[in-house]
Amino acid sequence: MAETEDSKIKIPYFPGCTLKTTAKNFESSAVKSAEKLGVEMVELPKWNCCGTVSSLASDDLMKHLAPVRDFIRVEEMNEEGVVDNEYRMLTLCSMCFNTLKQTNARVKASPEDLESVNNFMYLEKDYQGKVEVTHLFELLDEMGFDALQDKVTHSLKGLKVAPYYGCLLLRPKSVGIDNAENPSIIERFITAIGGNPVENWEARSRCCGSYHTVENKAIVVKLAKGIIENARSAGAECIITSCPLCAFNLDSRQEEIIREDSEYRPMPVFYFTQLLGLALGLDKKDLRFEDNFIDPEPLLVQKGLNI
Amino acid sequence: MKKIVLTRHNTDFQKEVEKISGEKITSCDQCGVCSGSCPLSDEMEITPSTMMKMSQLGLFEVMETNAMWICASCYSCMARCPRGLDLSKVAEAMRQISLRKAVDSMDLNGIDKKEAARLPSIALVGAFRKLTG
Repeated sequence: MAETEDSKIKIPYFPGCTLKTTAKNFESSAVKSAEKLGVEMVELPKWNCCGTVSSLASDDLMKHLAPVRDFIRVEEMNEEGVVDNEYRMLTLCSMCFNTLKQTNARVKASPEDLESVNNFMYLEKDYQGKVEVTHLFELLDEMGFDALQDKVTHSLKGLKVAPYYGCLLLRPKSVGIDNAENPSIIERFITAIGGNPVENWEARSRCCGSYHTVENKAIVVKLAKGIIENARSAGAECIITSCPLCAFNLDSRQEEIIREDSEYRPMPVFYFTQLLGLALGLDKKDLRFEDNFIDPEPLLVQKGLNI
Repeated sequence: MKKIVLTRHNTDFQKEVEKISGEKITSCDQCGVCSGSCPLSDEMEITPSTMMKMSQLGLFEVMETNAMWICASCYSCMARCPRGLDLSKVAEAMRQISLRKAVDSMDLNGIDKKEAARLPSIALVGAFRKLTG
């Protein structure tokens, strides 16, 4: 489908650490899908880790330096003409999105904090507070899910997809992309690409246990199983997420669930961009299903969606 | 039941938690919505609302329970608290009080090497930020 010049968006893109390591399937499917939709994701030069978890202590401004340094990169990209008056910073990972957005809100609300941060990083240009942190779901919503539907060439044929929001796309409410208690954005996305969103499953925004997967795996295995079984009982054939840590806990930790329970039936977990790419007719090599722990191929074959 | 006798030290502890968290913990009404919303309260030795009550009173025994370490900052309680309190900040304040004394809550050498290679970097960075000083 030919793109008209005016529908092109060229946007600064913050990948974060995990998209370059264990979530390459997320990055590759997102970048290629965006390209199909007329969005060029321009990776920030010299970006650094956002810190993963937002600092919740009022007195350690130090932990907000890393996100601000990334915001400065976005302002530089505009000054240097890499992008044209585009101060939105596109994120894919829910944790990066949340951490960056919380820091941005803090320094924008407190000129005093911003001054301290700028003074501390005296070798950098001052952050002017122009950046808006945005998530790919928000960008797709802004471009219109109807418009997205028009670009779908390989409909998901009613595949029953459970939209897993997790925590950090929705909470705190001040940074959430939708209503914290009753969101609909991922459901609308699923419908647009021809899937059938699983409705009324209570665990869609329940915590997966997050970083406890490092030192308290048992908690995560229990939570993951609860979330997956809740989705299954509501009719899900697969789950989608935008968080590489949720993806690890829900997908890879099924290895532990299977080990503990021989009756357990595996459930494929996708990055939402993998299903987006599938619907847009991307090459299989860009979707990288081989990186998913639970092999989604049998489900795709069964549904006539294999490519 | 043991009689609770409060001293100046209890007030000091309560004030420190309020200072680091930035939350007015004394405004908690003990309605219990946080405990009902917490996906991890089953794993905690005390419920989130008990954690709030104990920190209101400045009972440092709260630091001897695992509640603050189990809280993974999912903000479910905060989204529903009728007083607008952010319990994840209260838990963070108490973690910080401990971590700033250089007492880690996880053993880095305890992570299996094979497991470490498999874990996403956000899991490792998140755990280090929350559980080590």
